[in-house]
Parts: sequence; C-alpha cells; structure tokens
Amino acid sequence: MAMLEIKDLEVYYGVIQAIKGISFEVNEGEIISLIGANGAGKTTILHTVTGLLSPKKGSIIFEGKDITKTPAHKIVSLGMAHVPEGRRVFAEMSVYQNLKMGAYTRSDKGEIEQMLEKVYKRFPRLEERKNQLAGTLSGGEQQMLAMGRALMSNPRIILMDEPSMGLSPILVNEIFDIIQSVSEAGTTVLLVEQNAKKALAIADRAYVLETGRIVMSGDAKDLMNDDSIKKAYLGE
Amino acid sequence: MSLLSYLINGISLGSVYAIIALGYTMVYGIARMLNFAHGDVIMVGGYVALTVVLSYSTNPLVAVLVAIVVCTVLGIVIERVAYRPLRGAASPLAVLITAIGVSYLLQNVVLLIFGPNPKSFQSVVPFPDLKFAGGTLNISAETIVTIASCIVIMIVLTTFINKTKAGQAMLAVSEDKGAAQLMGINVNGTIALTFAIGSGLAAIAGVLLCSSYPSLSPYTGSMPGIKAFVAAVFGGIGSIPGAMIGGIVLGVIEIMSKAYISSQLADAIVFAVLIVVLLVKPTGLLGKKIQEKV
Repeated sequence: MAMLEIKDLEVYYGVIQAIKGISFEVNEGEIISLIGANGAGKTTILHTVTGLLSPKKGSIIFEGKDITKTPAHKIVSLGMAHVPEGRRVFAEMSVYQNLKMGAYTRSDKGEIEQMLEKVYKRFPRLEERKNQLAGTLSGGEQQMLAMGRALMSNPRIILMDEPSMGLSPILVNEIFDIIQSVSEAGTTVLLVEQNAKKALAIADRAYVLETGRIVMSGDAKDLMNDDSIKKAYLGE
Repeated sequence: MSLLSYLINGISLGSVYAIIALGYTMVYGIARMLNFAHGDVIMVGGYVALTVVLSYSTNPLVAVLVAIVVCTVLGIVIERVAYRPLRGAASPLAVLITAIGVSYLLQNVVLLIFGPNPKSFQSVVPFPDLKFAGGTLNISAETIVTIASCIVIMIVLTTFINKTKAGQAMLAVSEDKGAAQLMGINVNGTIALTFAIGSGLAAIAGVLLCSSYPSLSPYTGSMPGIKAFVAAVFGGIGSIPGAMIGGIVLGVIEIMSKAYISSQLADAIVFAVLIVVLLVKPTGLLGKKIQEKV
C-alpha cells in the first residue's frame, strides 16, 4: 500500500479550476518529483495535501488514514512536514526560534534537543547563526532553515516546494545533495520543482503536470530520456 | 514643581492608554483587524468592577479580578461570534464594520442595564496620596499604581511572548498564518488567546482609568479607546513596545496641552500630533513595513 495516495483530486480557486482530477501515489522511501511549468498546479497540490487549501473533489490518504478534511495545523503531528515555496521562514524570529517552531507539536524536551542537534549537524551554518534573525539570512541559508525547521518535527514524509528557486548553481547542487541525504536517512520525499533536470536526476519516479493534469508519469530515468520531456523541460 | 507633577500625571494617563493600546496592537498584529469595540470592553470592565464593589465585596482586588475574568470571556465571545465567521471574507471592511457594530451593541446593552446617568466610581486603590518635597509635590496613589501596573504588564507580556510556546506561536501567526499552520499551530486558537489577553488588559485599564477619573457612563470607553488606537498607530501598529511608547507620549502631550495651552484644544492637539507623525513616518515610530489591509 502506498504511503501517500492522492485520488481524483480537483481544486478550485473561486470558479477557476486549478487541479483537474489528479491521482498519484508516493511509496515509503521514495523520492517523487512533480515537475511542470509555472501555473501547472504543483504548489496547489502540495497546499491541498497539507490542508492549506481544500479540494472540491477527491481524496488524500496518508498511511491508510483519510486526511482530505484534516485541518492544516493537525497535519504535522501525523508525520508529514511541508517546506513551502519561497521558504516562508519567520523573518522576525531567530534561527533558533524558527527551529523550535518546527518542533511546536513535540513536548518531549530531550527529543527536541536531539532533533536540534541532528539539524545543526546537517546544517552547520544554522548553528553558527542560531541567534541571528531569520530575515537577515541569505536565500540559501533561508532554504536550509526552512528544511531544518521541517525536519524538527521528525517527519516520515517531507513535502518540498521549489527548494532550488532563486539560488545560485552551487547552492542548487548543495540543496539537492541535502534532499538526497534526507531521503537516505529514511524520510520519504515529495518534491515539486521547476528545475526538471535536477529533480529527475535524484527522483525514483516522477509525474509531469500541465495546466492541472498529469500528462506523463513513470520512472525518472525513463522520463529523462523521453524526447518530448527533453524538448519541453530539459532544454535539449 | 508643577511641571514635574504634570509630567507624572501625563505618564499615568499615558500608561492607561498604553495598556489599552496593547490590546489594539496585538489584535492587529495577529488578526490583521482593527477591533473598534476594544474601547467599550474597558467600560464593561469598569461597570463590572463597580457592581462587585457595590453589591458583593468591598475588597478592591476581588473586583479587579472579577472584571478581568468577565472581560476576558467577553473578548473570546466577541471574537468567536462576531469576527471569526468573517475571517477570509472578500472585503476586510466587513469585519471593521462589524467591530463598530459590536461597539454600539456593548454601549447599548450597558445603557439598558445601568441607565444613561454617569455613576461615580470608587477608587480601587486604598492608599492615601503621597507628598514629596515638603508638600509641594502631591502625587495620588492611583497615579503610582497605574504607572506601576503598566510597567509590570509590559514585563510580563514581553516575557510571555519571548519565553513561552504560546507566545512564540503568537509571533509566528502574526508573521505568516500559513507557515504557522504548517508548524502545527492552531491559528484560530492563537487569535482567540490574543483577544483574551487584550480584553483582560482592557479590564485592568478600565479599573485604573475609573479610579483616576471616577465617573463611569456607557460612553466612558469610546474616547480613551480612540486615543489608545491613536497611540497604537503613533507607536507603529503591530508593535508592542510601540504601543507602550505611543501611549505614554500621547498621555504626556495631552496633559501638557491641558496645562499649558488649552483644555479645550487638548484632544485636537493629540490628533494633530498623530497626523504629523503619520506624514513624516507612515508606519509609526516603531512600525514595520507591512501590507495595509485596513
């Protein structure tokens, strides 16, 4: 059984249909990429999965539990974390306070300390800047903070929305390395990216979105060699 | 000596404005709405304290505590019944108009229960005035208690926000409701808590205000409410230290204007200062740049 299962999802913004009946699944341990151009509906899907938007039709099943109507603030304690598009760190709070917010639903102090240590180990730069306000960090550091904050809840699945957006090529590589190592450490990853090349390179499977529909899906390696994908998304 | 005593009275009045302004600014910071019924919660606090003192217990501390509890509950109920259903409404004006409606509702309910005539309020401060400098400087105990309360509230509130989980959640919600939800923070609950704290503070402000200016009518809350709103905007709405500074500066300006310029013109001067500050610094003294949403 799939860890996360999305069935016939339809989402509207007012009268405009953004998601036109989408189904896909994520199995435990996988890295799944959703790729597609601006406006294809990638972010809308993630927002619907974590309850920030509610779908008109369809269902979202996480570890056998129907979470379609679960409010956003109850999602994280189920073991699902979401790194939103544009990082959305709390700019007026320190790096340390941001990370503590990531563990908001946890009450075991020892456990929180342990998670904090792990996150600092993964992102040494965050430890160096723990007392700095998050708004003063660079884009790459903010992305690391957003990821670290999500990892503080010790999730079984992590949803990442455009983690490479606006970053320099070196930082993009660094971020993708981190995603891979998060996956290797046992967290399932659902990744939304415009950088199709990178996203396909690290993914097990991928889905290609166009204006609210899945137009292609399959093994990431196969998609990478597909001529239409090469032409439309990989610039070859 | 009179300058010093005016200054102290100004700080005392300003402390009341500051305590009220905290409610305005916290609610604005977190719910992004202007709660124009906030001033009337002060008045309700005054009536509750007066009723307790006259009918049940002469212990002023009991009266204050009952007023705080009643106003806290009132704040939560107002938010739940009147404002929450309108959250996410197409126009932010909907909730603003509702707030004005709630303000009139509170005034008229009190009018119905207690009648239109002002009641004389008994001070809850059971201490005599203090005399300094051989009797030339006379400071009322109410003044001292008001200023002291303001300082204590500021310290407690700052500690609460910086050191507790609920306080940090309030900061997170005020910055980004969506991201806060992803952290597992219940945004509705946090907004309700903010209303509860703001309204509890309004009760304290009401009792302090009526102890210094012992006349209580259903309209007692409106002018201090508006002035505290001015103080909040003056200091930078959404900023807690801003509300504190704005309140105290406003109180001092008001008392000084009354003393040295004209009592009739004092209110006009207060509002003129607001206009000047907003022209020079539209976000207020300590305000951040935030998207305007009414």
